[in-house]
Amino acid sequence: MKALGIILAGGNGRRMKELANKRAVAAMPMAGSYRAIDFVLSNMSNSSINRVAVITQYSARSLNLHLSSSKWWDFGRKQGGLFVFNPTVTHENNNWYRGTADALVQNLDFIRNSHEPYVVIAGGDGIYKIDFNKVLDYHIDKEADITVVCKRLSAGTDVSRFGVVDLDDDNRIVGFEEKPVDSNNNFVSCGIYVIRRRLLISLLEQCEEMEWFDFVSDVLMRQRRVMKLYAYEHEGFWSNIATVQSYFDTNMDFLKPEVREEFFYTYPEIHSKVDDYPPAKYNDGACVSNSLIASGTIVNGKVENSVIFQKSFIGTNCSIRDSIVLNGAHIGDGVVLDHCIVESRMTLEPGTTYKGEAGKIKIVTE
Amino acid sequence: MIKKKMIAMLLAGGQGSRLGVLTAKVAKPAVSFGGKYSIIDFPLSNCVNSGVDTVGVLTQYRPLRLNSHIGIGIPWDLDRNIGGVSVLPPYERSDKGDWYSGTANAIYQNLEYMESFNPDYVLILSGDHIYKMDYEEMLDSHKAKGATVTIATMAVPWEEASRFGVVIADENGHITDFEEKPKNPRSNLASMGIYIFTWDVLREALIALADVPGCDFGKHVIPFCHEKYGTCYTYEFSGYWKDVGTLSSYWEANMGLVDIVPEFNLYEEFWKIYTKENAVPPQYMAPGSSATQALIGEGSSIYGSVHHSILSANVIVEEGAEVVDSILMMGVHVGKGAKVHKAIIAENTVIGDGAILGEGEYAESKLDTRVYASDLVTVAENSVIPPNVSIGKNTAISGVTLPEDYPNGRLEDGGYIIRGGEGA
Repeated sequence: MKALGIILAGGNGRRMKELANKRAVAAMPMAGSYRAIDFVLSNMSNSSINRVAVITQYSARSLNLHLSSSKWWDFGRKQGGLFVFNPTVTHENNNWYRGTADALVQNLDFIRNSHEPYVVIAGGDGIYKIDFNKVLDYHIDKEADITVVCKRLSAGTDVSRFGVVDLDDDNRIVGFEEKPVDSNNNFVSCGIYVIRRRLLISLLEQCEEMEWFDFVSDVLMRQRRVMKLYAYEHEGFWSNIATVQSYFDTNMDFLKPEVREEFFYTYPEIHSKVDDYPPAKYNDGACVSNSLIASGTIVNGKVENSVIFQKSFIGTNCSIRDSIVLNGAHIGDGVVLDHCIVESRMTLEPGTTYKGEAGKIKIVTE
Repeated sequence: MIKKKMIAMLLAGGQGSRLGVLTAKVAKPAVSFGGKYSIIDFPLSNCVNSGVDTVGVLTQYRPLRLNSHIGIGIPWDLDRNIGGVSVLPPYERSDKGDWYSGTANAIYQNLEYMESFNPDYVLILSGDHIYKMDYEEMLDSHKAKGATVTIATMAVPWEEASRFGVVIADENGHITDFEEKPKNPRSNLASMGIYIFTWDVLREALIALADVPGCDFGKHVIPFCHEKYGTCYTYEFSGYWKDVGTLSSYWEANMGLVDIVPEFNLYEEFWKIYTKENAVPPQYMAPGSSATQALIGEGSSIYGSVHHSILSANVIVEEGAEVVDSILMMGVHVGKGAKVHKAIIAENTVIGDGAILGEGEYAESKLDTRVYASDLVTVAENSVIPPNVSIGKNTAISGVTLPEDYPNGRLEDGGYIIRGGEGA
């Protein structure tokens, strides 16, 4: 393969509130049977990117457990493989990763010692399906220095947590505004970059020397007029789950047939760690409508417009609406949930009620 | 030198002809079970859970699906540097080549495989049964009793004992005699077809009996060891153990899984059953759908209603369709308004809109009364059933069927349609 993969999965999950207590955003359970990072890992594996590094830092234990074997994504190969890089104290360095560019700088040796001519850099918290070969072909075709995968969000979407991109007629990036509070431009960067490995190394060497730490502000923003930055428009579904609301909404998006079609039923598929859970079981009293139910789950009650993750238990006479129940939760008899996210492995006492509301999701945790 | 305490030899070469069209194209151990598993997953998982990490799987009949299911053994952690799982088909020698002519003959032809691991004990298993069993406990019993052969047995109701090979043993489990399907059984301890042999004894017996045609464990090897050493013991097993050799026993064993607390519980963390996962996504239950007393596999989409049934991965039940008392294997598609009652539908079969399966009364099968002797509708893999036809009870269908195959839109009770060359 022509490219090396680097996944930046070290960001802290402040905006995920209590959900971030247990894990990094990239390790968030997604769509019933997955973790967020499965999407980018599968995209890389499916695009024959064989050598992938995951850079972790914040609350990485859950993520590391998920990545404990590379076989689920087919990375267990002699050539290539899956590498997990936590910050480490060395002779020259005793810092944490101080930013995305710094995380790359601290792993420069890995990039230097690879042979692939290109590098694909992506975050661990994007939910999308993409063929990186197409992005790479585009990058080569445009003779770009850096190609940025972008997505046109639907009009009116709040873009204040994204990088907003202006293009010329050739799709070259002429303006790049990071996290604007007021913008009517809805063309945003997905935080996915393709760059020649040699160029990346020299840019990172400069960052190291200048003590620049952030890839967007210190590389992209500084270089945007000097270098040729091109936008590759991603047509399919794309969502970033780094806030509670977007996490909730993205899970609910999977209740839409076109989203399920794209991710569940269209080749190539998204891979995940396999846990050998038995099929989901529906006892008498189960009444499930417009919901996703993952394997290992036992349903005795009522579930509507919800996503129930693996190995959950839903007691009799429950009423679960517009909610997300994460892995291994035990929902006692008669529990009422409305607009909630139930943390994994929670036990909810029988007869209790938890209510959030649209736009104000309640996180049920200890 | 390689040294393994106990290795397992798993006999998976049989057709299982009494499963009719279900095993027309796959070996019985590869037949799906419980909405996710293959029958062979149970002995394989028992092996790894018991600490047996070297398993030879003897294949012969229609091994394709079995081979791709087992692969290099990743799902069972049997991808190992030394040992692990090896698929052992019959092979040709410089002078001749033989099919496996009997259970013991199959093992005899793989003496070299077993020798290469230098085992103390060899565990003989078959790929036909649904159970969870700790073979290590059985080995402990084998050692404690100083046995040369230990036969796992199970107490069955006396009236059923005449269907089995039974062993007559004293209170210490020492076997004094055997009876194969006796009319008037003297014992109700049925052999489960699971044996532990002390390796030297097995080796000696297999070599001594090398020329016996169709050499079989029950008929030849065990009697040989019994006569020569007299140290055959039983290991009495009292857990769940189901033979799924007939369509009705296969159906019943599956249906037992939907009980509130099933006798055979797949949801326990202890003694997990591993399998090759074919699908990851969760299942989707549409508005207006319903599912009760049901097991439903990954990636399925239910728009209609499902009651008292087992559905594997990637099954689609369309709007208005009704699935009751049935087993739907992976990738089955039930069309709009179709009704499926008491049926076993194998992989990737498409049932047309409005078709009705299992309508009528029991009638004797016109195909094979030995195989089809219940009121089940049995449909082979990759079959197609046209829209709006009606299919009676105790019927069998295989292949792509067309409306003209159904006179007046009906397949009568006890009837069959076999298309596409090789059928039942």
